[in-house]
Amino acid sequence: MTESIIEKDRQVTRLTPDPELPGRLERTWRQHGGIWGWLTNTDHKAIGVRFMVTAFIFFLLGGILAALIRLQLMRPENSFLGPDAYNQIFTMHGSTMIFLFAVPMMFQGFGVYVVPLMCGARNIAFPRLNLLSYYLYLGGGLLMWIGLLTNTGPDVGWFAYVTLSGPGFSPGHRADIWAQMITFTEVSALGVAICLATTILRHRAPGMTLNRMPILLWEKLVISIMVIFAMPAVMVASSLLLLDRLVGTHFFNPAEGGDVLLYQHLFWFFGHPEVYIIFLPGASIISTLVPCFCRRRILGYTPIVVSVIATGFIGFGVWVHHMFATGLPQLSESFFTAASLMIVIPTGVQFFFWMGTIWHSRLQLRLPMLWVFGYFFVFLIGGLSGVMLASVPLDTQVHDTYFIVAHFHYVLIGGALFPMFAGLYFWFPKITGRMASETLGKWHFWLFFIGFNITFFTMHFLGLRGMPRRVYTYSPDMHWQTLSAIASSGVIFMTAGVIVFIVNVFRSRVAGEIAGNNPWGDASLEWATSSPPPAYNYLYPPTVNGRDALWDALPDQPVVVGLRDDIRETLVTHSLDTEPQHKDEDPGPSIWPLLASLTISATFVGSIFTPWAIPVGAPPVIITLIGWLWPRGHSPTPMRGRESWSH
Amino acid sequence: MEPLREPIRPLTLDVSGLPSVAFGEHNTTWLANVFYMTIEGMMFALMFATYFYLRTRVQHWPPGHLPPAFTYGLANLIVLLLSVVPARLAQKRAPSGNLRAIRIGLAALSAFAIVAVVLRIFEFTVLNCRWSDDAYSSAIWVLIGLHSGHLATELIETLVLLVMSFTPKMEGTRLADVAINSDYWYFVVISGLLMDFLIYGTTRFL
Repeated sequence: MTESIIEKDRQVTRLTPDPELPGRLERTWRQHGGIWGWLTNTDHKAIGVRFMVTAFIFFLLGGILAALIRLQLMRPENSFLGPDAYNQIFTMHGSTMIFLFAVPMMFQGFGVYVVPLMCGARNIAFPRLNLLSYYLYLGGGLLMWIGLLTNTGPDVGWFAYVTLSGPGFSPGHRADIWAQMITFTEVSALGVAICLATTILRHRAPGMTLNRMPILLWEKLVISIMVIFAMPAVMVASSLLLLDRLVGTHFFNPAEGGDVLLYQHLFWFFGHPEVYIIFLPGASIISTLVPCFCRRRILGYTPIVVSVIATGFIGFGVWVHHMFATGLPQLSESFFTAASLMIVIPTGVQFFFWMGTIWHSRLQLRLPMLWVFGYFFVFLIGGLSGVMLASVPLDTQVHDTYFIVAHFHYVLIGGALFPMFAGLYFWFPKITGRMASETLGKWHFWLFFIGFNITFFTMHFLGLRGMPRRVYTYSPDMHWQTLSAIASSGVIFMTAGVIVFIVNVFRSRVAGEIAGNNPWGDASLEWATSSPPPAYNYLYPPTVNGRDALWDALPDQPVVVGLRDDIRETLVTHSLDTEPQHKDEDPGPSIWPLLASLTISATFVGSIFTPWAIPVGAPPVIITLIGWLWPRGHSPTPMRGRESWSH
Repeated sequence: MEPLREPIRPLTLDVSGLPSVAFGEHNTTWLANVFYMTIEGMMFALMFATYFYLRTRVQHWPPGHLPPAFTYGLANLIVLLLSVVPARLAQKRAPSGNLRAIRIGLAALSAFAIVAVVLRIFEFTVLNCRWSDDAYSSAIWVLIGLHSGHLATELIETLVLLVMSFTPKMEGTRLADVAINSDYWYFVVISGLLMDFLIYGTTRFL
């Protein structure tokens, strides 16, 4: 149907360039200036970068905590950190890296920046919800870090198991801060999931049918849906924990008919899909970069898409493998072993087709691709130890040892951090308009890659020799000191690598080579506009003629005209065949998301201390939400008149 | 389409004639509302799962309590079921912009929602347990509390739309919002029925 419209118009009209159109669009789409402009900004590019920068700062903070942990464990009976400080630090390290770095960077940051551009859209769907999501994420991060700085840092591990985190064993507010940080960050992820899924389903360029959708968009859609189904579980878990602690409910209190494993089930029903919510964005970056730097179409588009969807489903059926040591019935252990082994298959399929794409291609080993190879190496090792851990006897043997720590750092750093650096170097020219330095980037890569393997490969052996995780020190009789010292030494390399990266970013964004629109010669739509893109993304919204939009474009590939330039009009297309359906209006900048996030934050934080925060906090939240949603601005125009509604 | 040999101006896909408001599944807010209901539906599903999980931990259910009294709950069930009629009326009339019908529908829906909220307050008084008694009581209170939160939210949203329908702002996409509000009301009714089945039904018959 799309072709028919394009075909019809093709015979009728060619584009007559309008030299004044950029100026008019700029006036319509620009954001306010100054601090007010920063607070009210609804441009997806600005918010995407803001997510990335904030998440990276939390990554640095989490990294500093990791360095402190390694400093403490460097030698036996070290007194650098006491047990209480150590408990707070390892809990904060894990919680920061998972909830404040990995998901906000890989899902929200990249998704919010890249997805609307890749769809050919003028902005993300529901840009104010997107802005609110950013503020709530920031609020959750600040809450937890202010907690640490006031000696109220969570100290119950990043998954806060009851009974340790319950009212009996964790008096004070440390566990409450953890639980409310969860609420903040999960509401944020859910908000962005709605924005991204709607953008992908309703704002794709005409011609970008489901069968032609870039793999990155497929993965973001699957991840968004996973977020929508998985995140409520952790919100229920942390809310029930808060209720047990605050108002004396007994969900997790065995003495009154509650159950501690109920918490673990609720947490891991979220927690394992979460692994894929972190890993799939990484895979989506790999699937984007491999064909670009191999100068060919990706091999196995359909199997890769099917694998991603399969991962989304199977990811919800493996959570109990985190609970093998809890004495569950053998039948369920067997079932979840099988499911955990099964999920290797879709990942293996993706690996196979990435290799197939690289095989006999004209590979260009540019900087982002170096990180892709780093990903292959590191993630593969993590995946293989994962296959080992799916087996109950082995899992029981190494449970809660450094073998597990080694495994999940290989999976998470391999699956998220390496693709993240690949993606940051890849989209750096689009974001800043300049190329990052390849020389500094290679130093960054090798320092980080070597340091990472020194630290974490060693931990496999520490684990096999029985060193448990989460102990603040150990006796010299255990003979762990040599390996621990080696593991700690890797931190020096990783730190140096990250410092080189920061230098590279600051240097290249002012002195890097000018990038141009499409420095990598990539096929997806974000490279069809200038670097950095204007506020309205595309002068003329594009249409698409194949899976590799720019490679398949006709010389006279049609562009969309007829969107108004005096209001922020956007095009809505059909979810499946992208037939243009109607026009929508972008709501533009607003202070209400900030005000709403402040009232919501005050309610969340207040509810750490008293249940009355909910009834007292609700009216301001309601008032700000009504203020947000109450229509204002220009009156209805003929374009929006009743005669043009579709029924 | 044959590729053309010489650089020429692109063709155009003119969308100026497309409508600027869509109702039903084509509306972007409708889709967001579906996602939102999925999120909330997961919350309810997980609380239902929690309820049945806790039930396996004890021998008698309810453990040492009388089941919640069904008087106000039954009345509220009837109110919720009847409220579907004005919700459907507002939804059906929204696309035509029939303000009178929309106002009547929203006003009637608001009235039903207010009655439901008042009855709900009475429901809390006859649960025959206090949330801090045991895990069963905690689950009953959180289930009904979760649903009450949705009920109150939906009442406020309907009242806001009702007020808006008396202003010139009730046009275009706001009419689509009226229709979407009814979808959300159905969700509140269905989740209410399921919750009633749990706290009044399973405590008696299962």
